[in-house]
Order: sequence, then C-alpha cells, then structure tokens
Amino acid sequence: MTNHWIDLKNSDAILAIGCNPAENHPISFKWIEQALDNGGKLIAVDPRFTRTASKADIYAQIRPGTDIAFLGGMINYALQNRLIHEEYVREYTNASFIVNEQYDFEDGMFCSFDDQEKTYDLKSWAYANGPGDQPRRDPSMKDPRSVFQLLKKHFSRYDVDTVCAITGTRKEDYLAVAKAFCATGRPDKAGTILYAMGITQSTHGTQNVRAVALLQMLLGNIGIAGGGVNALRGESNVQGSSDYGLLFHLLPGYLKSPEFDNVDLKGYNEKWTPKTRDPKSANWWGNTPKYITSMLKAWYGDHATKENDFCYSYLPKRSGNYSYSKIIERMGKGELEGLVCMGMNPAVGGPDSLKAREALGKLQWLVTVDLWETETSIFWKRPGVNAREIQTEVFMLPAASSVEKEGSISNSGRWTQWRYAAIHPVGDARSDLHIIDEFCKRVKALYAKDGGAFPEPITRLSWNYGDGHEPDVNLVAREINGYFTKEMTITDKDKVLEFKKGDQVPMFKYLQDDGSTAGGCWIYCGSYTNDGNQMARRDASDPTGLGLFPKWSWCWPVNRRIIYNRASVNPAGEPFNPKRPVIAWDGLEKKWKGDVPDGPWPPMNDAKEGKYPFIMLPEGHGRLYALDMKDGPFPEHYEPVESPTRNLLSRTQNNPVVKLPANVSSDLAKYPCIGTTYRVTEHWQAGAMTRSLPWLVELVPDMFVEISETLARQKGIANGDQVKVSTERGSIQAKALVTSRLKPFNVGGKMIEQVGMPWHFGYAGLATGDSGNVLTPTVGCANTSIPEFKAFLCSIDKGGKRA
Amino acid sequence: MGISRRQFLQGGALAAGAVLAGKPGEASVDTPDLRTRGLKSTTTICPFCSVGCGIIVHTRDGKVVNTEGDPQHPINQGSLCPKGSALFQIANNERRLQKVMYRAPGSDRFEEKSWDWALDRIAQRMKETRDRSFKAKETNKKDKKEYVVNRTDGMAFFGGAGLDNEECYLWSKFARAMGIGQLEHQARL
Repeated sequence: MTNHWIDLKNSDAILAIGCNPAENHPISFKWIEQALDNGGKLIAVDPRFTRTASKADIYAQIRPGTDIAFLGGMINYALQNRLIHEEYVREYTNASFIVNEQYDFEDGMFCSFDDQEKTYDLKSWAYANGPGDQPRRDPSMKDPRSVFQLLKKHFSRYDVDTVCAITGTRKEDYLAVAKAFCATGRPDKAGTILYAMGITQSTHGTQNVRAVALLQMLLGNIGIAGGGVNALRGESNVQGSSDYGLLFHLLPGYLKSPEFDNVDLKGYNEKWTPKTRDPKSANWWGNTPKYITSMLKAWYGDHATKENDFCYSYLPKRSGNYSYSKIIERMGKGELEGLVCMGMNPAVGGPDSLKAREALGKLQWLVTVDLWETETSIFWKRPGVNAREIQTEVFMLPAASSVEKEGSISNSGRWTQWRYAAIHPVGDARSDLHIIDEFCKRVKALYAKDGGAFPEPITRLSWNYGDGHEPDVNLVAREINGYFTKEMTITDKDKVLEFKKGDQVPMFKYLQDDGSTAGGCWIYCGSYTNDGNQMARRDASDPTGLGLFPKWSWCWPVNRRIIYNRASVNPAGEPFNPKRPVIAWDGLEKKWKGDVPDGPWPPMNDAKEGKYPFIMLPEGHGRLYALDMKDGPFPEHYEPVESPTRNLLSRTQNNPVVKLPANVSSDLAKYPCIGTTYRVTEHWQAGAMTRSLPWLVELVPDMFVEISETLARQKGIANGDQVKVSTERGSIQAKALVTSRLKPFNVGGKMIEQVGMPWHFGYAGLATGDSGNVLTPTVGCANTSIPEFKAFLCSIDKGGKRA
Repeated sequence: MGISRRQFLQGGALAAGAVLAGKPGEASVDTPDLRTRGLKSTTTICPFCSVGCGIIVHTRDGKVVNTEGDPQHPINQGSLCPKGSALFQIANNERRLQKVMYRAPGSDRFEEKSWDWALDRIAQRMKETRDRSFKAKETNKKDKKEYVVNRTDGMAFFGGAGLDNEECYLWSKFARAMGIGQLEHQARL
C-alpha cells in the first residue's frame, strides 16, 4: 500500500476492484465505514456481488479478466470530461515527456515485437532525448508525441459502449462508477483504489495494476491522505517476506538478484543503478551501490573487503526465470533433488495442483516446516496413490506458532509490528528462526569439516546470533537495521555526526558504499536504532488527526506513513487539499511539517534544491507511460488465456508476450462457464491454518462451488447437491451453493454463467475437500509470472461422489 | 551475548505488562478484566491477513487461556474477525505437530525422530545436493560466452509469508549463501 489501513477513513471515494475487503480483510471495514460516515462513497467492482458489494453505494459487475477495459474506460472518461488534476499531471507525471519517433501501436500490438521470441524490444519505446541527453518535454502537453497525447489517443478507443460490451457491465452502472470516482480529480477530493488478487492474478496482472496507477495519477490521487494505490495483501507478513527478497529476482530491500552478466560488483552496480542528468531528480535508486555493499558487509563481515569486491562473487547469478511455476515444471521433469517448504503448501496453493503433487514425487528429499500436517507433507499418501511407489524422503518439522516466538511482521500498510512470545512452543515445536539457524550452522560445520563445491560462500558467511538455544532475534533485527563497522564522522548539511564502531545506523541515508556500514535490508534501516527497537513502540498518539500514528510501531521507509507524499503539495509546497494536509512546507522554519516527507529537500520550485516527487524513478515523474514493462508502455486489454469471446478491441486475442501452455482450452462446447477462485472470511489461503481449528470448521465445514440461480435451474442442481466441475487440467467434486450473488455475464449478447469457488481445501487437516486449484491453469503474468487463477473456463454437472 | 528462554519470555511479558498497566481504576469494574485477572498478558499481532490487528494473549502456567482483540491497538481497536478470534485454537490444538516426523523412501508411514537426527540428515542432504548440482560456470545460449554463476540448481527453497521478518531475512541470507537461485514464496501466487 502507498497509504495504510486507517487512512481509508480520509477517502471521499473508495473503489474496491478485484478485492473483497469485507470478506478477506474484515477489520479494514472499520475504516471504510468511517469514510462512509464522513460522506464518502464505496464503489465495488467485482464479478460477484460480494460482501463488500453489499455495503457499497455502487456495485458494477465485471467479467473476470477484463479489468484493463474497465479501468481504461475510466481513464478515457476522466480525460474526455476534463476531470483530471491538470497541475498534478503536468508537473508530477511524465505526461509532458516526448516519446521517440519509433514508438507505435496498432491493433493491439506495440511496435518492435519479435514473433519468434515473443518479446518486445523495450528500447524502441524510449523517450526522445533533447539537449544534455535529457528527455524532451512540452509543458503544454500538446505535442502529438507527448505522453499525454499518446495516452489520450490510446485510451480514446475505450469508449463506454465498447468497454461495457467487453466487461459485461450494465452501462448505467458503469457510468455511475466513472462519475463517482472521477469526481476525485479535484484537488480537494481524495479517491483510493483498493485491489487484491482479482487484479494481480492475470496474464496481464502488472498492466492491471498500472491501469490503477494511471487513473490515480491522472486524478492526482497518489501521495495524498485518503488516496493511493493500495494492494490489500493476503498474508500477515507477505509484505515483509517480499521486503526481504524471498523471490528469485530479488535480494532484501528490492535490490535485484544478480544476473549472469553482472560479472562483478562494478558490473552489477552499472546495470542496476539508474542514472539521471537532471539535478531536480532525487533518483533514489542511485544509492544502489551503498545498499548492496552494506548488505554484503552484513553477510560476509570482515571477509568482505573492497579488494575482493565485498564477496560479491559468492552470490548466485541467475540466468532466466525461476518463478514458482517454472520451478514446479522443472521438478516435474525430475530436475530437482530437494525442496524445503517453510510454511508453504504447493500441493494446494499453486495452479494445476495435480501436476504439482506429481512433481513432488520426483524429488529425492522434501522438508516441510509447518504447524500442521499439510497436503504437501503427506502428498505421498494422498488419495489415489500408492505410497510404496513414491521414493521421496520426507522430513516434517513442527514449527512454533506466532504466539510462541518473538519477532516482527509488516502489515499491508508497511507498519512493522513486534510480537512477543506468550508461551513456549508446543511439544517439540521450534521457531522457524531456530530451524533456519540450525540448518545453517550444521551445513557450515559440514563444509568446514569435509569441504565440497565452492565452500567459501557458506564457511565465510557471517552468522552469529548468540549462544542460546534460540538465536537472539534482537541481534538479527539489529543486523537488518545496520551498524557502523568503524568510527565515522558524517557531515550532513550543518550537522557533524560522530559514530562509533558498532553504533546502529540511524537511517539509510547514512549507509555507505565503502564497507564502513553493514546493513541487511536498507529499507528497514531506522527500525532498530541506538534508541532501541522502534518496531515495538506503542504510543497511540495521532498529532495530525489523519490517523498516521507516527509513534505506533515503525514503518518503512523512514517511518513515512504515506509514500510519495511530496505529490500531496503543489510545487510551492502548499497542500493541494488544505483540509487534509499530509505534509506542508514551513517557509519560515525552512522545514516540512506533518508526515515524514519523501526526502528532506525543499519544495520542487526551490531553484537550488527542489526535487520532483516520484523519487524512485530516474526522471522523478510518475510514469503514465512505462519504459520497463515487458508487454507495453500503456495497459492494453487482452482476453484471459481461457475466454468465452474474441477480443472486441483488437485482433490480438491474448497478451502477446505470454507463452501459452498445452493444457488450456477455450472450447465453449466443452467448457461453457467462466470459473473463478476466491476466499472466505472463515478460512485462510491453502487452509492449513484454519481447516484444523474446530470453531472455523464449524462455520465453513465443506468445500463448495457457488453458482447462480439460473445455472442451477438449467442444470437441475439444488442447493447442497453434489456437483462436478471440470477443466482441461482436472475435475473436482463439491457441494453446490446456489446464490443470487452470482449472475451470468452478457458476452456479446449471450449469457455466460460463472462458477465460483474457494481454493482453501485439500486432503489434510480436520475439514477436507477437493482443491479449487486442481482446475486452474499454469499460465502467468507477462511481467511477474503470477498465475491466472481468476479467469478460466470450466464445465459443471450434477452428481459425482467425492474422491 | 545470547538470551535464555526465560529472559526471552520475560521480555514479552514485561512489555505487555507496561501496556496494560494503564488504567487500574477502570479495571476493577470491567468484566473482561475480571475474567482475566491474575493472568499474564502478552501483546501480539494477528497471524492471518495483512491488516495487522493487535491481539492480547492471556496465559497461566505456560498455557494460553484466552486471546482477545487489543483495545489499545489503533487499527482494530479491540475488534477481531472470525479468524483473528480463533487464534486461541492455534495455541491449543491437538492437531498441532508436536514431534519431528520422518518418512523413508517408499514407506507408507511417518516415524518419530529426534531433532538432532533430522537436522543432521537434512544438512547432509542439502550439502550432497549442492555439491552434485553446483554450477560454477555456465555457457550462455545466446552469446556462447562462459559466465561465473556459482549457483545450486538441484534444490529450491519455498516460503514464507507466514514467517517473521527476522526469519525471512535469515532464510534469504542462508538461501543465497547456499547458491539457491530458486527461492520463491506466496507473493508469486
């Protein structure tokens, strides 16, 4: 989230698209309801009439996978009706930038597509450079090659009638949504967009998110109280686990994991440190060398020296895509020997689960670390297989629960909150911290004793978290924050700061690229300082009244509660909305007041030191036109891979950058319904954490499949009947739940039914049932590889007996 | 410097105690306080969704006897959803794994093992796989040049959005030191 949960109360219009906070983030509704009490509007856009929709002022039905059409139509509506925040767009986005002559778009395709490789040449979309090698700009935004004009042209095709034909939305509902939300383009109004997996789980998921961001930039809604682009994340610490780089392409702090041709630290820094010649651009990623060097110092301590490139060569280098689905694919081919799952359940949680379960059987060894038996840990005795034929060695380790250990987690609003151990772990269970510590210490000892393949990255790894039974979590948190490795004097403007060796680094602007600081994750610098553990703070004061709670826990970056907040003021530093100022420049005291500003510099207009607000981009301006997306600089509507219709907007049916797997089918004769997966309040994710809790099992005991009353009539299915749902991947059986929450979609004049289901169930635990993901396809977003769980084709029939 | 388990627990109780010591006058007339009188209180954050609601855990003799929403927490102000309210049953649940279990290749059952045995064997497996599949160099298919990659292709590490930050950090650090390229978790799904 750019903003945070309590900030929802500051909104004049809340657009929930591809998320269902009333169901899946129930307590967020406390703040949504406060916004409604203040006169704000709630708009729900969803294929189903969800619990969120039931509380909304406006509900619009949308066919799964058509979000870009929906949002593109809103972008067009805002532009055509001049509802945009013009000063914001001109000053803070790249609307005025000129694009090079080569860029072109026709019939769903951007220029320079390589049909064999299924890739675009991203260089062909570059800005047109002018004097001093800087992008040319036209502040009037009238140049036909300006981003603003290209944007207008691109989205002019998204007229209301075309959009509604694609999305299946009733025109009056669509117009009501567009009118209500685009009214927040006024400087004194705030609109927020909330989204979750309905947006990301798509073959064009990243462009869905971009469409959200585009609309918010055009309306001047990013950086302000009650605004923002707000991903409602699914797990208690999926924000933190992402922050710490548990993804193949990342290292902690969103540093990139090295690619094969980043041959040394210099090469790595050249590749991943963006450059700018514009003195008004803060270009924060320009600090990349400081952050990677500090991380390497934290990892390799005294072994990491300037002479040996701070042990950069010890890091593995990637060549290709090792995303979740690719790993399962390789596992299925027998190319992996071992897998360790820390609180993860691939037998239920990923797409095409039958394939994933088979793949587990190709492993030589599997380690699961969990609170429970999961479908993954007992995959070898799952229904329908002979355990004797499965040769995988399985270690099932009991893990401590959240109340049995100490440490921090980061919520969706980036608040990092400290938890304490209330009791010892049950039985022989142990904390994940302890288990990882043991893995590392034991592997280290083996390499120290016996040697082996390139042992130094392991034997030299700095790993000292105390001598107790449990590693000292405070020592880990201190290393993450960072410390000085020698005595330092830093001059910061008029201040001279003295630091001793071992002092905690107070904030990331003091991290160094010469080895004089060590710090595990730069964005968490400031979380554990010489003043103590900031994450454990519990001061519930709210001086601004905006709900920032600056002394409750700590949030990254630098305890800034609303990021991009320099965009909440005009170039002179005055809040666009004086009623809800996030920050304001005090010209007399020469400092910002309010939230922690996005950098200390004076307002943008300051000739000497002013900076643009979008500090993470080298050009300092929000990107209406992107330079680094694999599938185009603008979002463009494509159909989901399995779709009941041809693309009505162009002849390009699917995202051209996405490679299609063999087991997908858009044969409506076989699979006439649209399938989609979702979650319910009473269960959580793959179900291990809820399907064994009797209270929750009593509330929702069974796997079910939700269908409309019309489909039920058509198929002769009554509520509670057993039904069978099939796709090209497999079949599941479950109880039918007939509701008026689901309605068929109008697709080109034909009514197409939808089949909804939770994906929480599996064969382990107290309450069992078939897994929704048996049905879903392994095909993912062009940029992130996140699978398209939300829109597939299926058939449904009455009958069947549960396997 | 090390910290014993005893200190570790006290740290939590101490901090939580300070939190709850706020309004003793009101406590005597407040029913929930009566119910929890004499219990040790510890603050925590809900382990389910990402809203980050505060929860108070009441314990007696090392057992969780009650959990409820933290009224001082600015986000949830004491309220909880059905999942958050069921935290109690995570701490008190006969289905929780209590022992290290091992399933030998081709076997149709788990058998109980000691931590030491399992951790040693896992470390051995990790090392063998790393030694067998470690790729120091690799020829790139496109430019036919050889590059140093120092990567272990024979195993993958998954997880975890349910781990604490400090655990995620050590997982990341350990994985990369092992040469793991295939490090992934729920954020990709």
